Amino acid sequence: MKAPLRVWAGVALVVVSLLLLPFALAYAGTAWVRIANFAILYVLLALGLNIVVGFAGLLDLGYIAFYAVGAYVYALLASAHFNLHLPFWITLPIGASVAALFGIVLGAPTLKLRGDYLAIVTLGFGEIVRIFLVNLSRPVNITNGPQGIAGIDPFSIGSMDFSKSENLLGVDVSGPIKYYYLLLAVTVAVIVVNIRLQNSRIGRAWEAIREDEVAARSMGINTRNLKLLAFAMGASFGGLAGGMFSAIQGFISPESFILVESIMVVSMVVLGGMGNIWGVVLGALLLSFVPELLRWTVGPVQEALFGRQLVEPEVIRMLIFGFALVLIMLFRPAGLLPSEVRRRELTGQST
Amino acid sequence: MDTFLQQLVNGLTAGSVYAVVALGYTMVYGIIQLINFAHGEVVMIGAMVAFTVINAIAPSGMPPLAVVLIGTSAAIPVCMLVGYALERLAYRPLRHAPRLAPLITAIGLSIILQHLALLVWSRNILAFPQIIELRTFTYFGATISNVQLAIVAVCLAMMAALALLVYRTRLGTAMRATAQNPQVAGLMGIDVNRVIAVTFVIGAALGAVAGVLFGTYYGIAQYTMGSVLGLKAFSAAVLGGIGNIPGAMLGGVLLGLVEALGAGYIGEFTDLCQYAWLAGGIDACGGGGHFILFGSNYQDVISFLVLILVLVFRPSGLLGERVGDRA
Repeated sequence: MKAPLRVWAGVALVVVSLLLLPFALAYAGTAWVRIANFAILYVLLALGLNIVVGFAGLLDLGYIAFYAVGAYVYALLASAHFNLHLPFWITLPIGASVAALFGIVLGAPTLKLRGDYLAIVTLGFGEIVRIFLVNLSRPVNITNGPQGIAGIDPFSIGSMDFSKSENLLGVDVSGPIKYYYLLLAVTVAVIVVNIRLQNSRIGRAWEAIREDEVAARSMGINTRNLKLLAFAMGASFGGLAGGMFSAIQGFISPESFILVESIMVVSMVVLGGMGNIWGVVLGALLLSFVPELLRWTVGPVQEALFGRQLVEPEVIRMLIFGFALVLIMLFRPAGLLPSEVRRRELTGQST
Repeated sequence: MDTFLQQLVNGLTAGSVYAVVALGYTMVYGIIQLINFAHGEVVMIGAMVAFTVINAIAPSGMPPLAVVLIGTSAAIPVCMLVGYALERLAYRPLRHAPRLAPLITAIGLSIILQHLALLVWSRNILAFPQIIELRTFTYFGATISNVQLAIVAVCLAMMAALALLVYRTRLGTAMRATAQNPQVAGLMGIDVNRVIAVTFVIGAALGAVAGVLFGTYYGIAQYTMGSVLGLKAFSAAVLGGIGNIPGAMLGGVLLGLVEALGAGYIGEFTDLCQYAWLAGGIDACGGGGHFILFGSNYQDVISFLVLILVLVFRPSGLLGERVGDRA
């Protein structure tokens, strides 16, 4: 099938604007490039969680634990903490695999649980991982406890160090901009993998499990293995994102992996539309950028009106997450960009 | 032995509070099969309101018991109102939606309540004023305070009252009928919507008192106190068999005991120096040293582990008859 010229033009426009975006953002301040980078990290996380929640229908409220595992594996293998400085092309796969292993460890005992119980168990699992991160500094110092690990190596390819600015082809490229392109490349790859997955035999089997597990099993689908696979794949994407977070930030502590972060990623998936890849991307971008915009506007507006800051931006951000979850469920339960199947299911229309 | 008895007393105190909070989860679950995720925040709001009132009137020199009673009776109606609002605005419209929907709303509500509390009370910790004269009694080497005794007594009284309400009154009969089959209960002339709302309100009132007790026991209240307490109480409800009222009471007390005994002994059991075949290889053990793998700071892990183990091996809980697998 040949796509019409208009479609190609549209794609080209999107590609060019994504490539030019960091320079436009850098114009407004390097802080905005960093914000964009974190937004892309959340897109990665939301896409990973979407495999578990959106495709396979398993509500995971402890997803941030896998992000934490990936981040800590990277930090331990590439920092002064153990005096190991392995390159990222070794540490990132290790981080993703360890996270996948954790996914299976979580998935195996919870296979028989149904939706809401599963949610609570995964939530408990996330907390357990966090408590271990806080306390595993004694008797042997593994995680350095609440202080976290600092001085984590940035990515470097050959002599190019991602944390430093340099002059490429006559253009000044700062560290965050380099990370932006890297993240963008990884995200595009992950999106392609997700699209391929969704339309594959595995993806359709997940969908069958989500709709009716008993029926799926009687159709010969190995529900146990496929659910474990969903946990493992979702977790490995989380681990990958965690490793990149470690490198970009250069410092990690258990503070970054609290329950609220898990809920934030769930909100992104739910807001965008569970099961729809583009919806999830939209949800992640909206919930990352809108609070930042508010941070820059609400503060000054309050200063001007009341002479002081009445409501912290952080509180507003959290209230937005809360209301987004409630209002979406009440008025648009399938999300902003619903997946086709979900729409049918939730509005009760037959095809 | 001293540690054992002491941890038994502490576990019983915390456990009876867990039991009362667990009742809130289990009543709602029993009647509409919904995990009211925001219940922990209702408990938190109860504690915060009561502490605000108590701190305001404490300097007036009223007797301590009266101060606490006034604080609690201010908290109860506020929590009842919150409980009613939750049911009316967020859960009732979703009663026939797919199961994931009300759960996600509940998470959203709990974030909203927590941050509204943050707006009202700020991040500061509210302390319980020094008005109660702490008296302690020592039996067999274990110390129990008058506050602990009062907490256990109040919890027992509330559980007894709830049991009477559910098993001996018309309202209780209506609640049990609705739990069994809402459609048929409706045909029998029971106002199902009203019964469900009343269940939420009663659960919230119990939560308010539990919040005050919990805050009084630890001497502090903060806007974040609801989430972990709620999670533990939910674990307790699952342990006893969710939807089952005696189960929640049993589960709460058991969880409190397991947690306290676990925290008391985990350090001792995981001190690798006591195992001769290991101690030789560990430098820290020389000269009577310790090499404690997991200390009491892992206390919170214990309740989550209990939750996971129960769900894996006995999803219907200790007293539950319902099968957990109703996908």
